[in-house]
Amino acid sequence: MIYWQLFKTFFKIGLFNFGGGYPMISFIQNEVVFKHGWLGTAEFTDIVAVSQMTPGPIGINMATYTGYAAAHDFWGAAAATLAVCLPSFIVMILLTRYFLRHQDSPAVKAVFKGLRLAIVGLIASAALVLVNKENFTGWISGLIFAVSFLAVYRFKCNPIHLILLAGASGWLLY
Amino acid sequence: MKFYFSLFFIFFKIGLFTLGGGYAMLPLIETEIVDKRRWIDKKEFLDLTALAQSAPGVLAVNMAVFVGYKLRSLPGAVTATLGAVLPSFLIILLIAVFLRDFRHIPVVESIFMGIRPAVVALIAVPVFTLARAAGVTWKTAWVPVLCALAVWLGGLSPVYIVLLAGLGGWLFCREKAK
Repeated sequence: MIYWQLFKTFFKIGLFNFGGGYPMISFIQNEVVFKHGWLGTAEFTDIVAVSQMTPGPIGINMATYTGYAAAHDFWGAAAATLAVCLPSFIVMILLTRYFLRHQDSPAVKAVFKGLRLAIVGLIASAALVLVNKENFTGWISGLIFAVSFLAVYRFKCNPIHLILLAGASGWLLY
Repeated sequence: MKFYFSLFFIFFKIGLFTLGGGYAMLPLIETEIVDKRRWIDKKEFLDLTALAQSAPGVLAVNMAVFVGYKLRSLPGAVTATLGAVLPSFLIILLIAVFLRDFRHIPVVESIFMGIRPAVVALIAVPVFTLARAAGVTWKTAWVPVLCALAVWLGGLSPVYIVLLAGLGGWLFCREKAK
């Protein structure tokens, strides 16, 4: 049964992925393209690109698309999407419960003192990784970056308005 | 009921405008949940990012679960997660059904050339707005700098950073208590 296959595969993908979308891609490719043959290699590459152009986490985008492509209906997409979210959902509920219950204990406080410093570094690395040729094609991109940074940091511009404005300027300038 | 509706709607909005991976969600959550509604404070926001990073799977789901659970336990977590996931689900479904050539539409391409550098800026801003709440001073700044370099240039998985930093914080505070 295709729905069960999809559910099992994407549950595994959701369970064994740590640290965000990009390491996830090769793992998904292995399962979806090589093991099950639900998508071809070219189609897979296309969907990675589409995922970068549509909102939402790449893992969810991949699950929805593959589910639809494999089962040819809504329920395939729903089964794969639910399955990829479920492991994070369960683990995160347990972690959150534990954290909220013990957040005032000295040990947890100490651990999170260290974590907060590191997280600032991790966020910085997420931004640095994105400084590449694909995102910065020339001086216009540099300008958009600088203006966006100032608008949000200095003038507290709402991120949603900023994305809309940046999209509009891309449409006008390119 | 009204509260659940607004929780759902806020995460739907966040999900709809999260372009470019889970970290792009951070500035949106900061604006909507920390600054505007004050449902969590800056420190908790950092803690939630650390927790979300240490659980498997999709970062966005993990963050929605934390905020939802903190506000209204399990029903809250379900509501926030549904809100965060639904926009991408619906959009990808539409593309899978109708628009397989979506990415080759020239207008879409030029719009995204404008959005991509803005998203990089959006991810860079929280580094500076959160630094004080995170306890970054001239004396501790080497920690985030080292972590950023290890991941960016060293290719180290963030999971190890989370584990090491947690351990480091614990050892440091134990030393100080002695």
